[in-house]
Amino acid sequence: MIYFWAFVVGGIICTIGQLLMDKAKLTPGHTMTTLVVSGAILDGLGLYEPLIDFAGAGATVPITSFGNSLVHGAMAEAEQRGIIGVITGIFEVTSAGISAAIIFSFLAALVFKPKG
Amino acid sequence: MKKNQQQTNEQKIYQDYAAKKEPKPPILLNCLKAFIIGGLVCTFGQLIQDFFLYNFDFNEQTAGDPTIAVLILISVLLTGFGVYDKLAQFAGAGVAVPVTGFANSMSSAAIEYRTEGYVLGVGGNMFKLAGPVIVYGTTSAFLIALIKTLWMQWGG
Repeated sequence: MIYFWAFVVGGIICTIGQLLMDKAKLTPGHTMTTLVVSGAILDGLGLYEPLIDFAGAGATVPITSFGNSLVHGAMAEAEQRGIIGVITGIFEVTSAGISAAIIFSFLAALVFKPKG
Repeated sequence: MKKNQQQTNEQKIYQDYAAKKEPKPPILLNCLKAFIIGGLVCTFGQLIQDFFLYNFDFNEQTAGDPTIAVLILISVLLTGFGVYDKLAQFAGAGVAVPVTGFANSMSSAAIEYRTEGYVLGVGGNMFKLAGPVIVYGTTSAFLIALIKTLWMQWGG
């Protein structure tokens, strides 16, 4: 069942992104930025975590979860160490995504040649 | 407003005509494609997550990290082989919105600017497209977490 909801919720988030590009005429950069900030706000309101419980990867794979994870890491650390934790914890959860993207992209630039 | 009033009738007719002839994106079709492909990417993510959950020592919370890493690796490889571009042309936001799109924007910039050198080209341009996402994501997350922390310390 989780696969079905992952498909539906993930699909809906992507459709929202498509609508932002087609209807609101945002550039892909603006669309992604809007989605990330929305994810952060939703987590601030405590709404994103229930969505993850409900839809699994449907909520964690779209870029909105990046904003969610940033807030989440910051909050988790802030609960333990007070206000300074907001700064130290902000990349705690997203570390895997960001470092993987940097490392693999760099290695790809060594291996692959630009096309055209 | 004033500008519109100065237009003659013919100008107005022409502008309506031009607006009609302007190619419109097939929004419904695009949304359908984004929904299906985006949904499939997320379902695939769920599959990887369950794979890590059941075969390795991960729990619900930590299984997300290797899942994202694997999706990013796949996305970078597809970008390198030139497949991702074609996919993105077809699916639009369906492959741009998932984390794979984030990885694609970084790796495609890294590969493209390779000719300008490894430090200034690859290093300097890798975040050209992904940068805004990180900057706005981090800043907004900081403000939200700050407000929430202060709220919980003093208000709650």
